[in-house]
Amino acid sequence: MNMVVLTKGVPDFREGQVSFDEDGHLERGETPTVMNPNDEHALEAALQTKVRQGGTVSVMSMGPPGYGDVLREAMESVYADDLYLLSDREMAAADTWATAITIATALEEMEPSPDLVFAGFKTADGETGHTGPQTCWAYGMPIVTHVVSLEIDPDEERLRAKRLVEGDIEEIETVETSLPAFVVADPEFEPSYRRAEHRLRHRDLREETRERAADHEEHMTVWDHADLNLDPDYIGLDGSPTVVSSVDPIPKAPAEREATMVDPERDEEMRQVFEEMAPLAGGE
Amino acid sequence: MTERERYEAVVVGAGPGGAAAAAVLARNDVETLVLERGVEAGSKNVSGGLLYAEESAPYAIDDLFSGFREAATERPVTDYYLHNLAGDRVETFDITDLHEHDTEWSDAVLRRKMDSWLAERVHELTRETGGGLLTGVRVNGLLREGGEIVGVTCDELDPIEADLVVAADGVNSELARDAGLMDWEEPEEWFQGVKAVVDMPEGAIDDRFGLDGDEGEAHLFSGDLFEDVRGGGFLYTNEGTLSIGTVFHLDSLVAEEAEPHELLDALLTHPLLARWLDDGYEELEYAAKLVPDSKKVAHPSPHEGRLVLVGDAAGQMQAQGPIIKGMNHAVTAGALAAEAFSEARSRNDPDAAGDLYERKLRDEGVMKKLCPPRYRAVRALAEHDPVTDVLDAVLESPVGRFGVRALGDRLETLYGSPFLSMMVPDTRTPYVTLPTVIAEELGERIGGENDVDPPDLADRIGDLTYDVDVGNPHIEVDDDSFAASGDAVTACPVSARDFGGGCYREETVRTNGDERTVVSLDTQPCVECGTCAVVADTDWEHPRGGKGVEFRQG
Repeated sequence: MNMVVLTKGVPDFREGQVSFDEDGHLERGETPTVMNPNDEHALEAALQTKVRQGGTVSVMSMGPPGYGDVLREAMESVYADDLYLLSDREMAAADTWATAITIATALEEMEPSPDLVFAGFKTADGETGHTGPQTCWAYGMPIVTHVVSLEIDPDEERLRAKRLVEGDIEEIETVETSLPAFVVADPEFEPSYRRAEHRLRHRDLREETRERAADHEEHMTVWDHADLNLDPDYIGLDGSPTVVSSVDPIPKAPAEREATMVDPERDEEMRQVFEEMAPLAGGE
Repeated sequence: MTERERYEAVVVGAGPGGAAAAAVLARNDVETLVLERGVEAGSKNVSGGLLYAEESAPYAIDDLFSGFREAATERPVTDYYLHNLAGDRVETFDITDLHEHDTEWSDAVLRRKMDSWLAERVHELTRETGGGLLTGVRVNGLLREGGEIVGVTCDELDPIEADLVVAADGVNSELARDAGLMDWEEPEEWFQGVKAVVDMPEGAIDDRFGLDGDEGEAHLFSGDLFEDVRGGGFLYTNEGTLSIGTVFHLDSLVAEEAEPHELLDALLTHPLLARWLDDGYEELEYAAKLVPDSKKVAHPSPHEGRLVLVGDAAGQMQAQGPIIKGMNHAVTAGALAAEAFSEARSRNDPDAAGDLYERKLRDEGVMKKLCPPRYRAVRALAEHDPVTDVLDAVLESPVGRFGVRALGDRLETLYGSPFLSMMVPDTRTPYVTLPTVIAEELGERIGGENDVDPPDLADRIGDLTYDVDVGNPHIEVDDDSFAASGDAVTACPVSARDFGGGCYREETVRTNGDERTVVSLDTQPCVECGTCAVVADTDWEHPRGGKGVEFRQG
């Protein structure tokens, strides 16, 4: 079983990490880049398959050379065998379409060709949820989205998945498809290891990966557009049909109540808070 | 449906008993799976903290795991003292000779460090057989087919079949109870211990105890500092910390309605401890554990079908007078059980392992240590209230006091006698009356103030690490009347009268003019000691794998 997980580096939007300028624009230089949080579920789905069925997992991303740390993080969490970084100035500023063309071409370039490709459910920065399905369309294989659990029958070369219908946790359907296939893991995806042998294998892989991740660059292949034989006119900014006409800041929600700032070190101010809250605690 | 998993042997619990069993199984090429419910081995384990290697035992832990003492233990015990206390009078006996009797070595240990180190070795050994060690997996019962035990069931895994199931799952072994081999009925069959691990400044242990880096001490305390509760205190030196605790007969704790944490505080704040502790007292961890009294509960035939019990699960904890040995017996038992299975298997009769294990326990002298025949003889006579009353009255009378004075120094020798220590009856005479009289008649007043200010129960609970299984409490109270379950309010080490932050609380419920005193339970602060399983009417289970309290010291 040859698997590829697609991942992306995104700004770390967690409080305390992200920084915005006065106009509300993201300060990219001030904000660390991390692996897209939703991709974790794609990694879990791939890892579950590797643990149960064996095989190899590659992690692929498109981005600047500095994405090495993101790929390292991905390698550690999926116990990846190798890494692919599609990195080139010509690829920069691509929209989802140009990105999909680039990634699909790289997938075609892989030897041996993948049996399963995994992606997460939309990125934290673009939030489009397009890149996975468009890559799948460009590559040409069946896609199953919103996957919450996954079983592979390697002998029959089939995949059976439970997926949320319309992304709704209340409605789950079971679908089957042949391999190769493209799987988009939902944030509700839950890996399942109900056999001791799977957990033991999991433990082995963790120990093996520790060494590999220490020098992850040794296991990384970097491809530029020439390696993939891509015409620069069809990738990156030039190959992106999307036009961003304007960007509007999200207006702040009007506050209905007035906020008072309190210094927790000052007893007098804390006493006021307590006095305000005391009647509420009494059920009034 | 995929096929059921099977291993030749499944070992439940990665403490010293489980580790020894797994190591011997693996060395005999038995495919062995070890299942541990803690997030890491040792995270669910508490012991007072002395590990022995006995000269007479067929197995010691450092024979099974080379490098054990260097990597996994604290300081060796090079001096051992017993302090008899009455008020601020203290008479100290040096019982190092008794301690060294049949002892190859003895080290203080902290279980998180020790058990997690062992678990790494066990995983390496068992992985080679096709098995391995998994943490975070709770075995919740026995898998049966046609009434026969054929494996185990787990919370986190599908049922697993095995030719041998080693229950090394501790004092509250759910497997031993599932098999009907052990119960939680009688408080007099158990001790309860509580312990504080105390952080000491750099160099303070060597300075204050007068030790040089690779030496260590053990101290026991008995007398009137715990009022009439039968039991005593201990202090062991670790590398940079002290283990200080108290152990009491559970029936006595219940009868006196004593609060375990207050008894620990009575020891911590006794003037004698001021020589080692000061107002910089810093408690790293408060912990508690139920201890089986092997004299009463060590199972003479700890097996059933393919199931064998080892260590605390089989009641193999020897606590008699000043001798407290548990982990070493668990190691021996685990290794003997494994040996028994390998031999039975090579004779193509794996089902004979249980009987063979029982025979080995007897032939190797383990059962004799756990249930000394001399104790049984004395018990028949001495453990009756009228006898105790007479003994106590004589001891406290001018005649008894004269006798104690007359014996003087020879008392130390008598206390150091392995022969006599086997006969100590479980009454207040040896635990309370005799030490008190000794201290009153022979002891010296110790001056000085003890400035230790121990944390209160709320802070002790607050400092523990928990991963609460929200909405899935592992204990339920079957009968919440105060008569049935009220003893838990005081006996539970993380509950107390008039304390709202513990597990058990007394509550008054008024309905339709009727008033009823009931007991309510919140399992969040639970330290999983099992006390309430014995003293209250509960449905008691361990939390799921990885859930509940996580000890960092142990």
